[in-house]
Amino acid sequence: MSRLPFYLIVGVLMLAGIAMSVQRHVQFEIPWVPGEQRKVWEIEALVNFNAQDGPVMVDMALPSHQAGFRVLTENTASSGYGLAFKADDFGRRAEWSIRDAAGSQQLYYSVQMLVSPDSQTPDLTPPPPLVDIVWERPYDTAANHIVERAWSRSADNYTFARELMLDMGGERQGENARLLLTQYDLVPLVVRLLNHAGVNAREVSGLLLEDGRRRQSLTQWIQVFDESEEKWALFNPLSGEQGKPDNLLLWEAGGQAVLEVAGGTNSRVNFSMMTHSQPASAAVRNHISEDTLLNFSIHSLPLEEQALFQTILLIPIGALMVVFLRVLVGFKTSGTFMPVLIALAFIQTTLMTGLIGFLLVVAVGLVIRNYLSYLNLLLVARVSAVIITVIAIISIFSVVAYKLGLNAGLTITFFPMIILAWTIERMSILWEEEGPREVLIQGGGSLVTAVLAYLAMNNPWVRHITFNFLGVQLILMALILLLGNYTGYRLLELRRFQPITDEEKTS
Amino acid sequence: MKWLSWTSPGKLRSKGIIGMNRRNIRYIGRYNNRRLFPLVDDKLKTKLLAQQHGITSPALIGTVTTQFGVKHILDMLTGHAGFVIKPAKGSGGKGILVIEQSKDGAYIKPSGAVLNLTDIERHVSNILSGLYSLGGSPDVAMIESLIHFDESLMAYTYEGVPDIRVIIFKGYPVMAMMRLSTAASDGKANLHQGAVGVGLDIATGTALRGVQFDRPCYAHPDTGHDLASLVVPDWKTLLLLAAGCYEMTGLGYLGTDMVLDRRHGPMLLELNARPGLAIQMTNGEGLRPRLDMIEAQPEGQSPEARVAFAQQHFARHSELGLPADMPTSTA
Repeated sequence: MSRLPFYLIVGVLMLAGIAMSVQRHVQFEIPWVPGEQRKVWEIEALVNFNAQDGPVMVDMALPSHQAGFRVLTENTASSGYGLAFKADDFGRRAEWSIRDAAGSQQLYYSVQMLVSPDSQTPDLTPPPPLVDIVWERPYDTAANHIVERAWSRSADNYTFARELMLDMGGERQGENARLLLTQYDLVPLVVRLLNHAGVNAREVSGLLLEDGRRRQSLTQWIQVFDESEEKWALFNPLSGEQGKPDNLLLWEAGGQAVLEVAGGTNSRVNFSMMTHSQPASAAVRNHISEDTLLNFSIHSLPLEEQALFQTILLIPIGALMVVFLRVLVGFKTSGTFMPVLIALAFIQTTLMTGLIGFLLVVAVGLVIRNYLSYLNLLLVARVSAVIITVIAIISIFSVVAYKLGLNAGLTITFFPMIILAWTIERMSILWEEEGPREVLIQGGGSLVTAVLAYLAMNNPWVRHITFNFLGVQLILMALILLLGNYTGYRLLELRRFQPITDEEKTS
Repeated sequence: MKWLSWTSPGKLRSKGIIGMNRRNIRYIGRYNNRRLFPLVDDKLKTKLLAQQHGITSPALIGTVTTQFGVKHILDMLTGHAGFVIKPAKGSGGKGILVIEQSKDGAYIKPSGAVLNLTDIERHVSNILSGLYSLGGSPDVAMIESLIHFDESLMAYTYEGVPDIRVIIFKGYPVMAMMRLSTAASDGKANLHQGAVGVGLDIATGTALRGVQFDRPCYAHPDTGHDLASLVVPDWKTLLLLAAGCYEMTGLGYLGTDMVLDRRHGPMLLELNARPGLAIQMTNGEGLRPRLDMIEAQPEGQSPEARVAFAQQHFARHSELGLPADMPTSTA
């Protein structure tokens, strides 16, 4: 029985894997070590309105390159609608159109924004000449009072804007301000007052980015132009603070309406967002987007699928870890690849939370499962009962953790519940048949394996290599095949069989 | 300091010890055809096959295959004073119920506990629903006649029945040990639970050395009986029976579990296609040299010739008879 074909396959896999990796390294200049990680925000805007049985035009502002963010890719989903992108001095806009629409309509726009601190706002056009503001009585007097008061306490346009905003809101809000606010909304009012005083200002809309938020709406901000500096500055109209927060994405920065719908009622737009990190090189390449057939890589997929593959491609690392620990070390685990799934959950929950959560769920599950065994049920029914128990435990822990203010406790839901139920079932049988010692050995073995697999899978370098070099998968395959051919001793057998060799010495 | 005692791969290799990986790839993977595994994993199949091949095994009283059949179990049991109920696909001695005596609807276990017919029915029903089988798959309950254990070995065991494990490689008996249950092992013959393993000389069936919890042991910890005097009667018949299991199953690397019955002599209890490696500990010797020697032998030998070969080449002297040579303490 020749082992030649086996070593041939291993050799071919190894060589192909190395060749593919080197090719990607050379041709696409992907570094072997992860560089700087860049954050990418994925933002989805959902436009809702009721169409009135006729032609509809929807015009929505879109975000552009700006300080702190670069647009990577954008997609829309709007079946049956014509779509055009427009760009003018005031920013970019999308225009959807349809001849005949009725009922509730939904239009989707999603954009990936790369966080890039060195990105600059493109040159802003100087503002158009101001038009005269006309106030009705008695608002003109109030407006004049406020403007004069703020003007006297300021030195330039920016300080004037700040003083004005402080006077309009907060503790310093006076009688005049309250009178004006009965007629106008705060933000348009401040813009109007600034214009009244001959200062160029406009209302812009921004999105505060926070990971995993849904159904968010835009917030209003005010841009003020300073002639001497030839620059626009951003103000928070509520606090008068100048400057853009790092997590603020300006969605509409030209003083225009965010959403205009002709032929529809009840229109609104809300936003959901999430963030993930990717190597700077990958993000930049994505931006360049040179899609050729030869560029066979995960990076040609849409971002969401890429994120999925980032995890999938790590599983072979976990599997390799399990094979290594079982074949070379001799660990006993409960369920062969259960530790890999637990390690995947640890990636979501972080290690400490994951460990505590896992132990809590399994411990409580074992106690309840112990009672179930008195009921003498058929296996499938019993495991199903354990699954429901696990879900109940997880729900209770989540609620308790939330009430206690431990938000990390909520990540417990990332555990694969069916796997947990089977783990509890197996541990329980083991307990009954072999005693608690064996449960500790196998449970401990599983946990140690899971932790080691987690450490391997969560290593930034490993993540970088597996994600960027598909050839590595072939190398992993070759390694696992080689390990499957290992007939030598396991590390723990050196201890198990120690008494035999020990006697040799003494006798 | 058991935890700190490690040996080196070189020492193990020189002793001819085989490890799990080698056993799995080199012996089980190569000599045990997967297709044949069901023959030994299902005790009922093993038993029927043994009957066909004229290999002595405990008589089959009957089988229960359906929950409906559980109600008719009484018809099967009447006329049998003692019997054993076991799951066909159980492992590690799980789900085995031994009844030594039955009288007027009362069934007495070896421990003295008394069961009634409902208890027996529930046990059979549990077996059928797969409580004791691997993976919980539905199973069949077998009812066998009670083994009347050979009195000569009774003093060496605590509660349970001692069984004799013989490793059969390509039909040759390679190594043998007897497993004696103890109080620590709760009457079970599992070495890792504290049963005493006694290595047996292939030539004569006499005890070579005893091991409990991987440490040398010279007398039974509960009965105090000296292990040196242990001799398995009818040894050659036992080896011939065990060697015949190769022809019966076609499995090249096989663990045979035998018992000694007072009236019928050696009997085949069950077979194992993945026998463990603890036998090397109880014999104080590695399997490798013997397996290598057998691999060099020609095919097609009769069981008698194979047993004779093994008895000639694998003969050893007891380490128990000469207390002066023994290490005083290794623990």
